[in-house]
Amino acid sequence: MTTPATPPPLPQAPRAPHQHPPQGWEGGGPGLYASPIPVRTPGLGDAIASEWTKIRSVRSTMWTLGVMVVLLLGVGLLAAFAVSKSDAEMDGTPVLSLGFFGVLLGSICVITLGVLTIASEYGTGMIRTTLTACPSRARMLIAKSVVFFLLSFTITTVTTGVVGVLQTAMLDGGTPSADDWLRSTVGVGLYVAMLGLLSLALGALIRHSAGAITIMIAVVLLPLVLAMFMFSQSLARVQQALFEYSIPNQLGALYDASMTTSGPSGWEPLWVILGVTAVAMAGAFVSLDRRDV
Amino acid sequence: MGLWRMIEAVGLTKRYGAKTAVYNLSFQVRPGAVTGFLGPNGSGKSTTMRMMLGLDRPTAGHVTIGGHAFRSLPNAPRQVGALLDAKAVHGGRSARNHLLCLAQLAGIPAARVDEVLGVVGLQDVAKKRSNGFSLGMGQRLGIAAALLGDPQVLLFDEPVNGLDPEGILWVRNLMKQLASEGRTVFVSSHLMSEMALTADHLIVIGRGQLLSDMSIKDFISANSADFARVRIPADRPEQREKLTASLTEAGGGVMPEPDGALRVTGLPLPRISDLAHASDVRLWELSPHQASLEEAYMRMTQGAVDYRSTADAKAGLQPPPPGYGPHPGYGDPAQQPRLPAEVPQQGWYAPPPPGQNPYAAAPVAPAPAAPAPVPPAAPAPAAPAAVPADPTARQTSEDPR
Repeated sequence: MTTPATPPPLPQAPRAPHQHPPQGWEGGGPGLYASPIPVRTPGLGDAIASEWTKIRSVRSTMWTLGVMVVLLLGVGLLAAFAVSKSDAEMDGTPVLSLGFFGVLLGSICVITLGVLTIASEYGTGMIRTTLTACPSRARMLIAKSVVFFLLSFTITTVTTGVVGVLQTAMLDGGTPSADDWLRSTVGVGLYVAMLGLLSLALGALIRHSAGAITIMIAVVLLPLVLAMFMFSQSLARVQQALFEYSIPNQLGALYDASMTTSGPSGWEPLWVILGVTAVAMAGAFVSLDRRDV
Repeated sequence: MGLWRMIEAVGLTKRYGAKTAVYNLSFQVRPGAVTGFLGPNGSGKSTTMRMMLGLDRPTAGHVTIGGHAFRSLPNAPRQVGALLDAKAVHGGRSARNHLLCLAQLAGIPAARVDEVLGVVGLQDVAKKRSNGFSLGMGQRLGIAAALLGDPQVLLFDEPVNGLDPEGILWVRNLMKQLASEGRTVFVSSHLMSEMALTADHLIVIGRGQLLSDMSIKDFISANSADFARVRIPADRPEQREKLTASLTEAGGGVMPEPDGALRVTGLPLPRISDLAHASDVRLWELSPHQASLEEAYMRMTQGAVDYRSTADAKAGLQPPPPGYGPHPGYGDPAQQPRLPAEVPQQGWYAPPPPGQNPYAAAPVAPAPAAPAPVPPAAPAPAAPAAVPADPTARQTSEDPR
C-alpha cells in the first residue's frame, strides 16, 4: 500500500521522451505509440490501494478520526469518573453502557468523514480525474467503501475496547459477559462504521459535503426530537416507532441501555442499519453510473 | 481499429435541459499529429471532451477511442490520458500523493510518479499541498497526471492557461513531441495564435456545432484574405485619390487605414506598382500581408460567440479615441476625412491590420456617420451570419470544406 520513499528506478520505465519503436496498439497498425512501461490490467486491489493513499493523505481524515477518539475516550472516562465519585449505585446498569454518550457524539465525526470521502471529490473536481483513471464506477465505489469501512471500524472498535477496559477498572459493577463485551466493542464498531457507510452513500447521491453532512445529522437526531413533541394520542404509535428505531436508541440497544423496552435489542440494530445502508449504496451506484460527472 | 480514426465522434449531441451544448458533432482525430480543438468560450469544447472520457453521457450519437467507448476500454488509463481541469485536484493532498493514488488506481508502478514529476518540473514541490500551487503549477500537475500512464491518446483541455512564456513554450514542444512519437494529441484552446504554432490539424466548433475540420494550412488559405499595404506621401491627398481610383478601376478593393495607408485586396503586388507608376504616384510602402490564423478564426466564429463583451462607451464623457472604424467598405474615400488627420505613428512598421477583430475594432468606433456599429458587418465573406444573437440564423453549410 505504501511505496518506498526513494523508489528504485525501474529498468523498463525510462524517462519520458520514449524513443521506442512503435509496436502497434491493440494490434493496430504500425506508426502508433507503444509504451515501454509494462501494461497490467488493474483490479479492485489497485483501487483499494489508491483509496488508501487518498484517505491517509488528507487532513480531514486525521481531524475527524482524531476528534472521535478524543470524544470517545474523554466522554467515556468522564462519565466513569463522575459515577465513581458520586455515591450513586449502578443499580444493575451495565458498566459498559457509560461509553454510549461518547460513541453518539463520535458517530458525528464518522458521518463527516464518510460524506467527505466521496463528496470532497465532487467539491474539488477530483472525481473527474478519478473516473478518468478508473472508468468503472462500481470498482471506485467498492474500493472507497472497503477502505473507509475498515478504517472507521478498526478505530471505533479499538477505542471502544480501550474505554470499556478502563471503565470496568474504575468501577466495581457487575462483570460484563463476553457477549456484552463483543456487542459494545465490535458491535458498536460495526454499527458506527455502517452509519459512516450510509453517509458515504448519501454523499455520492447528494454530491455536496455540507448538504450531506447536515442531512445525516438530521437523520441521527431528528426522529428523537420529533418523537418528543408527539403528544397526541393518535400519534402514539408513530412516536413509539420513532423512539425505537432512532439511531441513538439502536446504538443504546447494543449496550443494553435502550430507552424503550420494546424495539430492536441485542444484535438486531446491526441488521436494521445493514439493510438501510445496502439500499442507499445501491442508489449511490445507480446514481454514479447514470448521472453525468 | 482504423489507424486514422483514433478518436471518432459520430453525431455527438448533448443537451442540458433546454440548452444544447453540443449538436450533431462528427469528426475524427488521427494519431501522429496534434489536433487543435478550437472554439469560443462556451462553445462546447469541454463538454465534448467530457463525453470522450465517459464522464457525460451523450444525448445522441457516440464517441469512441480506438474503437471503444471510453467506459468499456480495456485498461483505459494506459490508453488515454487527460487533463480536463487543472483545479480538479484535492487541494489538501500533496502533488506526489495525488499522482501516486492515480498511479495505483491504474496499476502503474510508483516509480513512474517521480518520473512524470521530473518531466513537468514539479519535483521540488512534490511534497507540498497542491492548494498552494499557482495556476501554472496546477496545469503542470494536470499534465503530469495525463502523462502518468504513458498513453497512446492524450486529451488536453486548455493546457496553457496560466502558464508563463517558458511554460507555454514547453507545452508547445511537449505536444509536438508526443505527436511525433505516434500518439494522438487532442488539444482544446480558445487561443488561435497558440494553435497556429502547435497544431497540425484544426477542428473548430461554435455553439456546439462543427464549423471547420481541416489542416492548419487549408484553414488559413480557406479563411484568410491576403492584402497589400500601400503607403504614399502623406502630404499628397490628391495623389491618394488618384491611386485609389485607378486601383478600383483595375478591379482591386481599396480600404483606407487610419494612419493614411491603403489596404489593397485582389491585386498582385507588381500590378499595384505598375498602376501606381502609370498614375504617376510615388509609393513609400508596398508590402504583402498575410492574414493571421487569429483573423481567420475570428472571421469564422464571430457569428457563434455566446459571450460577447460590449463597449464601455463612457458616452459623452470623452472625445472619441482615434480608433479603427468598422469595416469602412471598399473604396469609400468619403470616410477618410473623418479620421483624425494626425494619427499617432508607432514607427514606420505597419500596425496590426484594422477592422478584422470585431471585439477590438467595433467598440472604439464612435463614428457618428457610420451606418452600422454592429461588429460583424457584412464584409467578411466567410461570416456565417450577420446576426450573432440568433442561433438559428447561423448556417453550418458555411463550412468551407
